[in-house]
Amino acid sequence: MIFLDNLINGLSLGSIYAIIALGYTMVYGIAKMLNFAHGDVIMIGAYIAFCGLQYWGLPPVVAILVAMAVCTLLGVTIEGLAYRPLRQAASLAVLITAIGMSYLLQNIALMIWGANPKSFPRTFINNSILRLGGLSMSSATVFTILTNIVVMVVLNLFISHTKLGKAMRCVSEDRGAAELMGIKVNRTISATFAIGSALAAIAGVLLCSSYPILQPTTGSMPGIKAFTAAVFGGIGSIPGAMLGGVLLGVIEIFGKAYISTELGDALVFAVLIVVLLVKPTGLLGKPVREKV
Amino acid sequence: MSQQKRRSGTKMVTLPSHSIVPERDVNEIPVLETRHLGIEFGGLKAVDDFNLTIGKTEIAGLIGPNGAGKTTVFNLITKVYEPTTGATLINGHDLSGKSITQASKLGIARTFQNIRLFDNMTVEENVRIGLHNQIKYDMFSGMLRLPRYWIQENRQHDKALELLHIFDMEKLADERAGSLPYGVQRRLEIVRALATNPKLLLLDEPAAGMNPRETEELMENIAKIRDQFQIAILLIEHDMNLVMGVCEGICVLNFGRVIAKGTADEIQANPVVIEAYLGKKKEGQA
Amino acid sequence: MKMTKAKRVRLIYNIVTFALVIGAFIILQSMIANKTISRSLKGQLVPICCWIVMAVSLNLVIGISGELSLGHAGFMSVGAYTGAVVSGALLNIWDIQDTTLRLVIAIAAGGILAGIVGALIGIPVLRLRGDYLAIVTLAFGEIIRSLVNVLYIGAGDGKLHFSFLNKELPEGVTMLVDGAKGAVKIKPISTFAAGFILILITLVVVLNLVNSRAGRAIKACRDNRIAAESMGVNVTKYKMMAFVTAAVLAGMAGALYGLNSSTVVPTQFTFNQSINVLVFVVLGGLGNVLGSIVSATLLTVLPEVLRAFADYRMLVYAVVLILVMIFTNNPTIRAFVNRLISPFRKKDSVGGEAR
Repeated sequence: MIFLDNLINGLSLGSIYAIIALGYTMVYGIAKMLNFAHGDVIMIGAYIAFCGLQYWGLPPVVAILVAMAVCTLLGVTIEGLAYRPLRQAASLAVLITAIGMSYLLQNIALMIWGANPKSFPRTFINNSILRLGGLSMSSATVFTILTNIVVMVVLNLFISHTKLGKAMRCVSEDRGAAELMGIKVNRTISATFAIGSALAAIAGVLLCSSYPILQPTTGSMPGIKAFTAAVFGGIGSIPGAMLGGVLLGVIEIFGKAYISTELGDALVFAVLIVVLLVKPTGLLGKPVREKV
Repeated sequence: MSQQKRRSGTKMVTLPSHSIVPERDVNEIPVLETRHLGIEFGGLKAVDDFNLTIGKTEIAGLIGPNGAGKTTVFNLITKVYEPTTGATLINGHDLSGKSITQASKLGIARTFQNIRLFDNMTVEENVRIGLHNQIKYDMFSGMLRLPRYWIQENRQHDKALELLHIFDMEKLADERAGSLPYGVQRRLEIVRALATNPKLLLLDEPAAGMNPRETEELMENIAKIRDQFQIAILLIEHDMNLVMGVCEGICVLNFGRVIAKGTADEIQANPVVIEAYLGKKKEGQA
Repeated sequence: MKMTKAKRVRLIYNIVTFALVIGAFIILQSMIANKTISRSLKGQLVPICCWIVMAVSLNLVIGISGELSLGHAGFMSVGAYTGAVVSGALLNIWDIQDTTLRLVIAIAAGGILAGIVGALIGIPVLRLRGDYLAIVTLAFGEIIRSLVNVLYIGAGDGKLHFSFLNKELPEGVTMLVDGAKGAVKIKPISTFAAGFILILITLVVVLNLVNSRAGRAIKACRDNRIAAESMGVNVTKYKMMAFVTAAVLAGMAGALYGLNSSTVVPTQFTFNQSINVLVFVVLGGLGNVLGSIVSATLLTVLPEVLRAFADYRMLVYAVVLILVMIFTNNPTIRAFVNRLISPFRKKDSVGGEAR
């Protein structure tokens, strides 16, 4: 029973990682950059949802939609202002910019909402306990897992069947060729950031529904771990993000339960290192050859 | 034309392996020998059953239409890629399982189709990287500025300028490599490659982007380098004047396979080569 | 040695760097002697030295070697803890009262252990490229922090007692490292002079390394990895050399930093601290050692001087990081800036920067 409990908690945490990892993996696949600020977009999303629920008295669904809208706008703005001017620059410069952006978001949040942790309000997501046989779990757990499945299915359909989805695949394969085929690369990259950031808002709400402490640094750790998950699954691959996220969540919960609570994070990072050494392209990633 | 004379002056000899080398190199170990070399990229045979022998002081050419796999052959020989089949011998040493660095130490040097200089370093520093394994001292002599540091640094400096003199580039020694004009960058790449004291120099489209006058000059220089350093040179080039003018043995590649080998005259007269370049004559047309 | 233009520029650059450091030291020392130095600045002197060493050593990795390391604070923490433990052990076990001797041994030990950790991390990490390397160094920094969080070390009965995860030390030992409470009861023995000497060592090591065969190889690997390999340069070896040298220096700075206060806690060396140092390096100029020194000093002193600024420090840092990167890397902006300053420059000279 304890084992099953842990497993379900792991799946739930993993689902959150998976949704965040999608943002990393899509941006990495298409813009070939590590958007370090993605974790902080999650945090902003959670704060917006928090404000909607707590201060503006919005119904939960509307609050989530507002958070998604704000994050979408935020993601596109970040891309346009900070990343687009560096499209041709070395990856070192882009990464430092992304780190700066992550810091900027955290500090803006700090100025607006202060350093004191906020307690995320209860919503339909997490206000009941479900019982199933001998298992009892928070409804947030179930919601998270279900949301993850829905997101994955919808995103896969989107990528394979819509015009924009196809454009995204083209840009990720070969940006230059895509441009020659008349695909608007900048617009496609913006759209990718928009989708990733909207998902980040969902992830933020789910994260705070399960772990209801909200502060400016809330997004950074899950962000880094989700990136780990994206690498684990094979960066650039959407099913990889799903698989990597879920596996990492399970590993983390089991590590904390059976090895040591303090070393849970260390264990997650150890996984990252082992994966990169044994199979740098991740579980489902394609090997890349450098052109000489 | 002087080049024409030089080329026709070389007598090529056929080895038991059906490879040809210049007569003067016949008693030496060939500098390069590839045996059934091949590589697959995801099921596609980019290079297949590639056999080539180059004599100790031969200037050889590797030609073929775009996408024939010429640069892939270079990448196989220099160990950027590990071949899926076959082997490469440098001066009789097997390169299987060796790294790019080890291949360089065995005497292979190359230039790149898309120039790969150390852009943020000076011209002299670029050449000094070529001398990295020629004139050495350890890290601590460097950190503590022991006498050995000064001696070897001076030797490196002199040698670097001497090498730059080949192309009259000593005056550019302090310029940033990335700021040089295209043609000069190509020449610097050759100097840098020569600095590694190679036995085999691979030139990947050395005349690309050069005007006819520069190409003419380059041709002279390639022959001069061979004569001065007594090394073998294998070059990929689309400029047929250069290839036919300076290369002794020529190997033609198409779709990853060798379709012809021989001297310039033989290649120019070979119907298979003409077909590869110009397409097959349709029946009825004459 | 024959002088070329490039060498002359480099020599002048090095002389200016050393002169600045030595001059600043002399002025500050005389201010201390005259008691004209403000109390807050005096308290900042050792930390400034530490941050300078951190910035210069990180610059070796980022600017010269071209790899983004986000775990530099991890090495500092290894050094700080090692320094505290070694100094505590020397005092409690071998009863060495001479503070200078203790400090020297502690700093050396901090450097060595950080170097070993750096080598252990470097072997796997330096095989990776670009973004992966950055994230893995970050991961290692966090792992180091997690591990020291559950580390317990005590001195007693003439030896050191270690325990991990659970505090299981014999009764009556003097606690040196106490889990999440960090390294405790440190006798502060760091001095400004020690910091000054550490900076000089750092400068000699880094500047001499950069202008040597090994340094050129490191820069070649940065500019073009495949070309460097093709020239027979062992890329992993030279990346490793830069990485481990930087780790040793960071460890030494950490030991000095730790022994400047009475406690060292794991939360002092988080990812944020690595970013702090990154800001010093970026603002001072990638590959520019003198720039690192100046920016580390100014950015450590300024928040103390300008109280109002302190609140917005991190916000300003973030904006600075983004703007500096965009301004130095966007081709359009760069061309524009070059046009603006070109009348004031004689000729595009070989940079005095060490890159």
